[in-house]
Amino acid sequence: MKYTQGKYLILSKKTLAKEIYDLTILCPDVAAAAKPGQFVNVKADGFMLRRPISICSIDKNKGTLRIIFEVRGEGTKAMSQLAEGSMIDIVAPLGGRGFKLEQYETAVIIGGGIGNPPMLAVAEKFGANGTVISGFRNAAAVILQDDFKATGAETILCTDDGSAGRKGFVTDALKEVLETKKPDIIYACGPDVMLRRIIEIAKANGIKCQVSLEERMGCGVGACLVCACRTIRNGDEYYAHVCKDGPVFNAEEVLFDE
Amino acid sequence: MSNTNKLAVNFCGVDFKNPLIPASGAFGYGREFEHFYPLSTLGGISVKGTTGTKRNGNLPPRIAETPSGMLNSVGLQNPGVDHFIKIELPNLKTKDTVIIANIAGSTADEYREIAEKLDKTDVDMIEVNISCPNVKAGGAAFGVTCEGAASITKIVRAATSKPVMMKLSPNVTNIAEIAKAVEAEGADAVSLINTLLGMRIDIKTRRPILHNNVGGLSGPAVFPVAVRMVWQVANAVNIPVCGMGGISRWEDVVEMMMAGAKTIQIGAALFANPMAPVEIIEGLEKYVSDNNLNSLQDIVGTVKPW
Ligand SMILES: Cc1cc2nc3c(=O)[nH]c(=O)nc-3n(C[C@H](O)[C@H](O)[C@H](O)COP(=O)(O)OP(=O)(O)OC[C@H]3O[C@@H](n4cnc5c(N)ncnc54)[C@H](O)[C@@H]3O)c2cc1C
Ligand SMILES: Cc1cc2nc3c(=O)[nH]c(=O)nc-3n(C[C@H](O)[C@H](O)[C@H](O)COP(=O)(O)O)c2cc1C
Ligand code: FES
Repeated sequence: MKYTQGKYLILSKKTLAKEIYDLTILCPDVAAAAKPGQFVNVKADGFMLRRPISICSIDKNKGTLRIIFEVRGEGTKAMSQLAEGSMIDIVAPLGGRGFKLEQYETAVIIGGGIGNPPMLAVAEKFGANGTVISGFRNAAAVILQDDFKATGAETILCTDDGSAGRKGFVTDALKEVLETKKPDIIYACGPDVMLRRIIEIAKANGIKCQVSLEERMGCGVGACLVCACRTIRNGDEYYAHVCKDGPVFNAEEVLFDE
Repeated sequence: MSNTNKLAVNFCGVDFKNPLIPASGAFGYGREFEHFYPLSTLGGISVKGTTGTKRNGNLPPRIAETPSGMLNSVGLQNPGVDHFIKIELPNLKTKDTVIIANIAGSTADEYREIAEKLDKTDVDMIEVNISCPNVKAGGAAFGVTCEGAASITKIVRAATSKPVMMKLSPNVTNIAEIAKAVEAEGADAVSLINTLLGMRIDIKTRRPILHNNVGGLSGPAVFPVAVRMVWQVANAVNIPVCGMGGISRWEDVVEMMMAGAKTIQIGAALFANPMAPVEIIEGLEKYVSDNNLNSLQDIVGTVKPW
């Protein structure tokens, strides 16, 4: 992991859905080093702590990164005020472990809500060998469907209320996909409850699975130890650190609270 | 060390090239910050608190943001003193900066054992945490009474000939009395302040944000409290003071030194601005030259109280 702190130009800013913003940042040095599953730590004007946001897509030729975030509280609200043409202060690329992609040929790629953006960089690697399942609350929250389609992947859209795509959870769609396909691996990012069920399904079907986790962060680089998550390491319970040991973990390492 | 370095300071017998030290717990063992600047930029490093055996720490969430600050409840997660001595210390000793081991224990024996082990190493100083608010049976129990603080000082003092710096808790009624108690038992220096005990509640879930319910407050929010305590302690003891709590800019360092600190530590501010130490050192160099000082140490304790 090689990272820096710097201020970079926001080339474009779009609104994808209510309170969901899409920034393209010109940062050739960061883009050159960045890998799918890693994140950037964004300075929010007036706040003590940086906000971790996943890398959505990496364009090494243009030297750009794309990040997508939802306004959840005061800090992301402040970030939403950043204008096209202004500078964004980031520490990046962070995350000692992103998604491991190399050894796999076919994949099911699953995003839940604001967990969808990091899955785009994964889908771009697999192209037509990927199946993307995206879940959202309702039609108004749906993002990135054209981008996922453009990768060549088969895409399945689910909403909780059926207002777009099919009604139901991503886990229902996953079970159906697995009736006809046996992918090398399942990648997922989204709420803990969703990840937990996906891990169960992957296990029951004997398929490898990697998940991206979230935890509140301080330094973002592995020094302060605040971003602990419960894992199993060498048979013992170990509090790993999402920023340095993750944010992506193998399914069998992760322990969820009862 | 060049005697033209106007930021240099001799702090209880140890030469620092400048007074700036990343605070224990905010900087790990330095590895993660080498991406930003060489560790030789720093006066010294106070490493993550080390206990006798490895500790997993508290359940997450371990951090909550506050206005101008943060709460943490890490709970001294660390790989233990043997790992520190075998793996981290040899690496740190190649970095051309002062290495301060920060230690904590649940019992007086644990403090003794760690200090004895460190005494046989080439670590430059030992900072004794008797003020961690995040561990139930932890150091804080010793740090909040004069008797407790004095007893741990005595034990560590007997266990090592290294310079011993006692790290004081702000969660006390009269910090100057505690400082005098550790001075009387042979402490070479004091450092302060550790974090102030605090709490945040998520009003939607009625749950404390920290799984530990309570945690230690640090960052700019605590700065005025830290300046006041450094001033009171510097006036009460003859041993040197290392000041910390809320420092984020060179102006804060100057203020803390005027209150009586010879060296300073910086913790939470590193998270928003990992480059802060480099910017602060530049700011201090300019301050010294703008004010025609021979040494930055000339300002220590020069506050003119009303
Ligand atoms: C590795 C990683 C990748 C992420 N990627 C994205 C992304 O691509 N898009 C997106 O919209 N969001 C993402 N998040 C979540 C995002 O970081 C939080 O929504 C954001 O920090 C909330 O800040 P706030 O000031 O709006 O909320 P507040 O609740 O006001 O924040 C208070 C504090 O809690 C922290 N916090 C609150 N919620 C979270 C959370 N879910 N995860 C981590 N810290 C939190 C904040 O950083 C801040 O320190 C990611 C989180 C992590 C850990
Ligand atoms: C995440 C975190 C972890 C800490 N861990 C330790 C520790 O292990 N030992 C210790 O003596 N102090 C620890 N501290 C306290 C700091 O060293 C320092 O005393 C305090 O944070 C005040 O300085 P600041 O406001 O610059 O952060 C920790 C502080 C933070 C923020
Ligand atoms: S946020 Fe500091 S160790 Fe992960």
